[in-house]
Amino acid sequence: MIFFDEMLEGDLPRESYVDFFQWFGEQDPKLLKNKMVEAEAVFRRTGITFNVYGKKDADERLIPFDIIPRIIAAREWNQLTTGIEQRVKAINAFLYDIYHGQEILKAGVLPASLIDNNDAFLPQMIGVHPPGKVYTHIVGVDLVRTGADEFFVLEDNARTPSGVSYMLENRETMLQIFPELFSKNKVQRVSNYPQMLRQSLEACAPAQCEDKPVIAVLTPGIHNSAYFEHAFLADQMGAELIESQDVRIEKGKVCMRTTQGYQPIDVLYRRVDDDYLDPLNFKPESMLGIPGVMDIYRAGGITIANAPGAGIADDKAIYSYMPEIVRFYTGEKAMLKNVETWRCSDAGSLKYVLENLSDLVVKEVHGSGGYGMLVGPAATKTEIERFRRKLIANPSNYIAQPTLALSTTPILQKGALSPRHVDLRPFVLVGPDKIVTTPGGLTRVAMKKGSLVVNSSQGGGTKDTWVLED
Amino acid sequence: MLGKTAGSLFWMFRYMERCENTARLTEAGFYIALTRSKSAEDEWQSIIKAAGVQTHYETLHHDYDGATVINYLLRERDNPSSVRSMIDLARSNARTARTALTREVWEAVNEAWLNICGALKNPVTPKNLPEILGLVKRQAALVEGALQSTMLRNDIFDFARLGTFIERADNTARILDVKYHVLLPSVSLVGGSLDNVQWETILRAVSANRSYRWVNKGVVSPKGIANFLLLDFSMPRSLAFCQAEIVHYLNHLGRVYDVQDQSLNMALDLLKSLQKYTIDQVMDQGLHEFINRFLTENRALAAQIETDYGFYA
Repeated sequence: MIFFDEMLEGDLPRESYVDFFQWFGEQDPKLLKNKMVEAEAVFRRTGITFNVYGKKDADERLIPFDIIPRIIAAREWNQLTTGIEQRVKAINAFLYDIYHGQEILKAGVLPASLIDNNDAFLPQMIGVHPPGKVYTHIVGVDLVRTGADEFFVLEDNARTPSGVSYMLENRETMLQIFPELFSKNKVQRVSNYPQMLRQSLEACAPAQCEDKPVIAVLTPGIHNSAYFEHAFLADQMGAELIESQDVRIEKGKVCMRTTQGYQPIDVLYRRVDDDYLDPLNFKPESMLGIPGVMDIYRAGGITIANAPGAGIADDKAIYSYMPEIVRFYTGEKAMLKNVETWRCSDAGSLKYVLENLSDLVVKEVHGSGGYGMLVGPAATKTEIERFRRKLIANPSNYIAQPTLALSTTPILQKGALSPRHVDLRPFVLVGPDKIVTTPGGLTRVAMKKGSLVVNSSQGGGTKDTWVLED
Repeated sequence: MLGKTAGSLFWMFRYMERCENTARLTEAGFYIALTRSKSAEDEWQSIIKAAGVQTHYETLHHDYDGATVINYLLRERDNPSSVRSMIDLARSNARTARTALTREVWEAVNEAWLNICGALKNPVTPKNLPEILGLVKRQAALVEGALQSTMLRNDIFDFARLGTFIERADNTARILDVKYHVLLPSVSLVGGSLDNVQWETILRAVSANRSYRWVNKGVVSPKGIANFLLLDFSMPRSLAFCQAEIVHYLNHLGRVYDVQDQSLNMALDLLKSLQKYTIDQVMDQGLHEFINRFLTENRALAAQIETDYGFYA
């Protein structure tokens, strides 16, 4: 397989990397190594660590950070964002429709069985009007690149996409350790993301909210692996960071216990999954949620971001219909490409998948984090056969995709550049009348040579992502 | 501000303060053990008493051997009051209160945690003890410095300071209580001059060796020491000083929130009792009784602050 390298074409840098490449050539490899150590120290000191489940806090880990930036030209970026915004708009229209008239099912574009038997579809949301008609206030669209102008959407994250704190802290760290690079390259800033998020959430406040909306971030707590990010966002937005035990319901509002008594919350940016959000309406055993918050929500007393039930839009089975969904709601052809997907629930597709397991990537429909998937070309015969048995036992639990020739960008290894596969998660903010994509996003990089799995839980790292100014 | 956040700030600074005080107590004990090998065990026992962990210590250890006590106080995981356990708690409270802290304060606490845990990974020996105690005190000073120079003077700052002074007053009172017998007039009458290593422990444990001499022009007397630690408003670890600070921050909170809470009234009463008496009167009614009453009231005050400001549901 031939891979598209984003920095080099032969021995020469591509346009967006020209200045960086020259600068890199002038650096002492030993000094760069020191800079890597310095960067790690910055992350440790800042406490940008994640907990590994089931381990003591002494085992807090750092996600590996590579100091070579990934650089995207303004032209490439503008093209991408137009496609992203079209897709996100369609996702919101789809969600509104699916919880109201279900026109898309009536038109026969989507089979009704895909909705009816789907755990991500929440009957509790039928007929609910989210303030501003926004379902996905924050979306992370996972993209991969295979050529100069070839981008594919690998996955939409419409529930509670994480990783934005890494986007912000990676940039902070790069500014600290390589200030001179930023005077040479005009990089579009990402640092106003928290302010944009705040404005976007405020614009979605319930209609009955008259003063400046009070925003709170709901976290499962200090032991959650993404706690750092929850605290970081609350801090940067100037919002309160609350847990289940900090709130109760008073006079039709969700109220938090402050040093001056209970005060109402208008917008809840929750980082707790749907299932755990409200023990009275969903999983009764949940200790992380707010009992009754769904009732307040339905009565228009609070905004929940992202809206419960938004996960139906990023379901892997729905994903394969995304081109049709975009066309149905926007009347346009989808600008961003989908990866060809075989739904194993379909007998014909299953047959094809079983015959071509060693060339395909097979994923669980509801899986995430790179767990439970098969990367055919990288798997051993035994692994393939074991997976084959799982697949036959429960075909509708799986989808399959061709193994994409993921682009590479170099990482610094032993003082030299060495190409690794990457993906990109841009973060999109959706308000009642505007959609904003932050220029950049989270670049995840497979630190292992040749590996196509970029998930941090599988040893992936991150990079600062630059979008250059025009 | 969330009640939980206020509570976490309060406790974060209580734990930081206790960390530092334990380091200082250990230093005082070590100093005595170095200078007087004979009664070293007794001395270590009184250090454990002053740290308020005697019962717990005796469930784990049988004797008061220096190395055991030092490791118990500094790094034993099973000791919830060891420096190692407390820096963990301080940091975990800081994580909960992260949104109320400046980046500088958070990083100072996080660095303190990283460095202290790193230093306490292996058993502490007499050789590296001074270095480790120095590290603990230095890291605590960095947190304090970041707090003073970067935090807004608002309710967040008030809760942080209240934690510090409630804990400090408690610690100073306990040190005095354990050592009160060496300050009693009867002892000095019987034994003639005061055992100067004993009083040095007290003064070292509150970092006041030098300042005591300076204030008292070098005259060391039991009454002088008791007065210095209890009633001297210029001594930053005295009960009087801590109480004045507590009143100051509760007053400020009351103004910001436009309320007069029960905790402020309690703190004012406590302050009055420290202003009212001379050291002779305190000695007459019994130093131990006086300190005990203070400790009880200080604990009640802390509980009242928790109630007034909704730390817990």
